[in-house]
Amino acid sequence: MSPKRIVLRFGTDISVKPVVYRLVKDYDLVVNIVKADVNPQKEGTMVLEVIGDQSDEGLTYLRDLGVSVQDLNQGIVRNEEKCVMCGACTGLCPTGALYMERPSMEVHFDGDQCIVCMLCTKVCPMRAMEVHL
Amino acid sequence: MSVEKTYGEINAKIKAGKAVVVTAEELITLVEEKGLSQAAREVDVVTTGTFAPMCSSGAFLSLGHTKPRMKMQKVWLNGVSAYAGIAAVDAYIGAAELPEDDPLNSNYPGEFRYGGGHVIQDLVARKPIQLKAIAYGTNCYPRRNIETTITLDEINEAILFNPRNAYQNYNCAVNLTDRTIYTYMGMLKPHMANANFSTSGQLSPLLKDPHFKTIGVGTKIFLGGGIGYVAWNGTQHFPSITNVDGQELGGAGGTLAVIGDLKQMSPRWLVGTSFLGYGATLSVGIGIPIPILNEEIARYAALKDEELFAPVVDYGEAYPSFTPGNLGYVSYAELKSGTIKVNGKEIQTSPLSSMPRAREIASNLKEWIQKGDFLLTEPVKTLPSPADGIVAHSLKEAD
Repeated sequence: MSPKRIVLRFGTDISVKPVVYRLVKDYDLVVNIVKADVNPQKEGTMVLEVIGDQSDEGLTYLRDLGVSVQDLNQGIVRNEEKCVMCGACTGLCPTGALYMERPSMEVHFDGDQCIVCMLCTKVCPMRAMEVHL
Repeated sequence: MSVEKTYGEINAKIKAGKAVVVTAEELITLVEEKGLSQAAREVDVVTTGTFAPMCSSGAFLSLGHTKPRMKMQKVWLNGVSAYAGIAAVDAYIGAAELPEDDPLNSNYPGEFRYGGGHVIQDLVARKPIQLKAIAYGTNCYPRRNIETTITLDEINEAILFNPRNAYQNYNCAVNLTDRTIYTYMGMLKPHMANANFSTSGQLSPLLKDPHFKTIGVGTKIFLGGGIGYVAWNGTQHFPSITNVDGQELGGAGGTLAVIGDLKQMSPRWLVGTSFLGYGATLSVGIGIPIPILNEEIARYAALKDEELFAPVVDYGEAYPSFTPGNLGYVSYAELKSGTIKVNGKEIQTSPLSSMPRAREIASNLKEWIQKGDFLLTEPVKTLPSPADGIVAHSLKEAD
């Protein structure tokens, strides 16, 4: 079974709740936290890989709590009109989701590798990397 | 006997549809297959290309008179100030200008999402632009303010005039400090964790004519998707060649001032650009044809990425403090491979200059020449070359 890669976004009320523990304990999911930005004072985000038979039920539990749950590769998209394939993003993308094919030096984006850190949305000189919620 | 051709002979072949035109990359392959002498005999024109951020860019706009007349003292286009210290309704919108309400770097690193470069791209894309102007009023120009919209087709003239474009060569930027920095060479992670460079190497116009044998005042070029001309040398034109172990190494080198009618250019080749923590600018597409008048010109035009070198410069300390020197040279072949080695450390590289776009420019220009639409111009004045030994001056502090 391949893991589901999801992005969670939640308000300060959720930050104090042990939601990951519940996913493991109540839904028997194997959870890998790829990235987390949890701060009781502001909105939090978390990128998870989850495996388990009850993953759909687990995600329903999260949604019922008010957590926004999205497939990871839906988060960031490349605006093909705007991208000029300079490659400025390729040295900064932490997972290699944005990479350069050689020798053509064309820039490609592999959404499956993206962890929605959103660095590219700021460093792209053409602002071609966009967040789609 | 070595080959000698004239501009007239090459243009006659272009008009007859018989000229042999290749891109700089294709010339390299041809020289490898047939040798330099044969390639120089066969090829008439080599096309080059570059597409990269070029901050010293902008456009003169002549907006048309208002009724009653107005001597515009300050002008804003989509909130971005344009220089109006020229005649009544003329203004110059510079690529690096920012809106007056931009938070700049007060929320560091600033995003600089919109600036003069974006105004130019929006103009060329035929989008309506908000114009605001104020004036103090005179007898002949009584009006004091106006707010309206303009479009590129409605204004009288729009002349792209970029005082410094097409840098011959450029630094490969790294950061030796222990904090992330945000520069015009992009975001540079601490301890040389990444390196950014910005020329198209073996496709780059001035790297293929380093002694300015063919590119001069009046040279007709591909500019912003249309036709342009070399107006003069660019500002900070310091062509220089250092010989190290018999290998010619260029510094930042020569630059070009270029000019052309904005109305026939395209938003694909003039793109508003933003550098996190640094500012806004314009990416410009430029392609220059090099006539193969003789074997020497062919030899330079055929230089490969392996034979072209960029100096590695620390933008953490050395560059901002204006400390001369560099951390050595790396070839464009190494830079384009994705990793370079500096001070024994392997570093990942990224270009800021688009190689696919540079290739597209060289091939578009090749098509224009092959179709017979685009003839070559002999420079009406040559530009200073490395042999002229121009020395750069820096500002003196007040006594």
